Amino acid sequence: MAHVEPNRAGLLEKLFVPTLSEAHSRTLVADAGVLVSSWASAETAQQAAQAAQTLGFPVAVKLCGDAIAHKTERGLVRLKLTDAASVEAAAAELLAAALPEDGLVNLLISPMVTGNRELIAGLVRDDQFGTCVMLGVGGVLAEAIGDVAFRLAPLSPLDAQELIDDLASQTLLGAFRGEPAVDRSTLVSILCALSTLAQDPNIVSVDLNPLIVTDGQPVAVDALVEVAEAQS
Amino acid sequence: MTRNLSPLFEPSGVVVAGVSSHPGKFGFVVLHNLLSCGYQGQIFALGRSAGTLLDQPVIASLDEVPQDAAELLVVCTPPDANEELLRAAAARGIKAVFMVTGGYSEAGPEGAKAEARIVALANDLGLVLAGPNGQGLVSPPVGLCAQIVAPYPPLGRIGVASQSGNFVSAFENYATQTGIGISRAVSAGNAAATSLADYLEWFADDPETDVALCYIEGLKDGRAFAERVRKITPHLPVVVVKGGATSGGQKAAASHTGSLATNDRVFDGVARQAGLVRAATIESAFEAAATLATQPLPLGGQTLVLTTAGGWGVITADAITRHRRLNLAPLPKDLQASIDQLLPPRWSRNNPVDFAGGETRDTIPEILNLAAAHPDIDAIVQLGLGIQGNTAALTRLGPFYPDHGLERIVDFHERQERRYAEAAAEASSKHHTPVLVASEIAATDPRNPMVQAVKDSGRLCYASADRAVEALGHLVSYAQWRNARR
Repeated sequence: MAHVEPNRAGLLEKLFVPTLSEAHSRTLVADAGVLVSSWASAETAQQAAQAAQTLGFPVAVKLCGDAIAHKTERGLVRLKLTDAASVEAAAAELLAAALPEDGLVNLLISPMVTGNRELIAGLVRDDQFGTCVMLGVGGVLAEAIGDVAFRLAPLSPLDAQELIDDLASQTLLGAFRGEPAVDRSTLVSILCALSTLAQDPNIVSVDLNPLIVTDGQPVAVDALVEVAEAQS
Repeated sequence: MTRNLSPLFEPSGVVVAGVSSHPGKFGFVVLHNLLSCGYQGQIFALGRSAGTLLDQPVIASLDEVPQDAAELLVVCTPPDANEELLRAAAARGIKAVFMVTGGYSEAGPEGAKAEARIVALANDLGLVLAGPNGQGLVSPPVGLCAQIVAPYPPLGRIGVASQSGNFVSAFENYATQTGIGISRAVSAGNAAATSLADYLEWFADDPETDVALCYIEGLKDGRAFAERVRKITPHLPVVVVKGGATSGGQKAAASHTGSLATNDRVFDGVARQAGLVRAATIESAFEAAATLATQPLPLGGQTLVLTTAGGWGVITADAITRHRRLNLAPLPKDLQASIDQLLPPRWSRNNPVDFAGGETRDTIPEILNLAAAHPDIDAIVQLGLGIQGNTAALTRLGPFYPDHGLERIVDFHERQERRYAEAAAEASSKHHTPVLVASEIAATDPRNPMVQAVKDSGRLCYASADRAVEALGHLVSYAQWRNARR
């Protein structure tokens, strides 16, 4: 069975596939054309606080490293920090929580992106069909709802539009609770960017989870790229 | 490159190897069926010893087949005889082999080795090899019935390739019932050398085939299948049913054909991307194929319901509204004005167009024609036909027939039913608009003159409005996929 479930954390551990740090993953997907939330890296708690001031509050701070695939599960994410002092304190805690096996770590600071809707998108490998582009409804109920659809990579912009149409939760993509409709052209460009990444034989999977829809724009606030072999 | 399967489906002559005098044996049944369905080419019965069978000489050696007199060999002999048989057959000019024989890869590792040998041998000899472990094939354009099962279906435009022989029979049963016939049907068996994609590619070039219908259980290389099939679907609609869509079905498939599990949502996405029409059930797959074979392709999903039965209209409006590919079309103002001229004011003046009993002799054909011609209407579902035919049937069987003017009214009702069905087909053909006639009477009384007339018009009379809507959804879905890529 291919590893195509929206939440693949358990499988990743089993397969021991090397992952890239969030910072590295963000750079890779942003270069391919995915809209990602703005962010900065920091080595120390003080630098983190400075970066937060530049980016604007509130922010999220995460501990980041190539060996850390599951930040949330390990409590390595601090959300909605509203001033420099709380950023510095949180950053110090996170650095202290690093384990020896985590290797080189740093901090990732990113402004909080707000929106009522979350999507997930990614690249997955299927045993029979090879690399597929995936799009689904995200958020805390994502697994229960199970609204996810696939296309073979590479896909055309038309395939991407039809992939979006395949989601059952179409009302979620329209104007919703005072927010404008999801910008389908942005979503198409994200799916096409994933398709471009699929051409790289070294990339095993990509997980954009979640894409938060803010003012109609789906923005990746986390990214995780699995690679075939560890990259330096 | 498309493999040449003509020797399989249009052979100059056929040799049946392993004929038997026992009417229960495959070798007997194949010969019987070949001799019984109108095949015009030469037929040779190859047995263990010379004699006669079914008034046909039995030969004991392929040497007795004149050079190049037969292109197809149907094999019912056991595995250990078959390598020698293939060599001898190729030497006589045989080009294609359908291997009914079982005991190959489906039977275990030894069988798998024998299968690999027979595939390699067929390749060396330049033979098309279908099967093994298949139920055979039919090719009605040339009267060829080389199968160990029944029925022999009527001639039509649907090409069937199936990984389950029983589903070949199932589709042939539906073809026989509905009159929507078959161009070619083949049981792929173990598909050792000739795969579903090979058959589909040949169907795409086959002038006798307009639609392909396919049962898939497992694919050796899903990606390759998808790449090949997406080159076919712009020219030839391909309807698929996929076995093993759930974990329960996957376990069953693993023991049936040894198929690997596929994530069903991945397959669903692949199917949409490749333009495959994916149906959920065997019955729905046949009806989708029959619809693609007999109705024009619509431009979109704006659907109009015409009905003489109010309740059916409401239920059908629900089914259309629920369907993601279909819309209940807003009734165009000019069409409403035209219908106002033809019906008393109590008609629905909305979609569904419910005649509310106001129709007279010519109303249904006239409104059908107006609606089919309207540019804002992509497709029509016609309901409520057959009622007059039902009334006629009861009257005809009652104690008062033919007196009291009953003969005349029964004739009128039956004539009208035929007219309605003919008008639906004519309006559809003339204006290139699908018109699907649906009535439960198609199932409950197939002798109803409306049902008969729909069949005579070469179209499917859908056994319920819901099934018509489902089939129309498949038709629209395929049309939209194709139109978007032109």
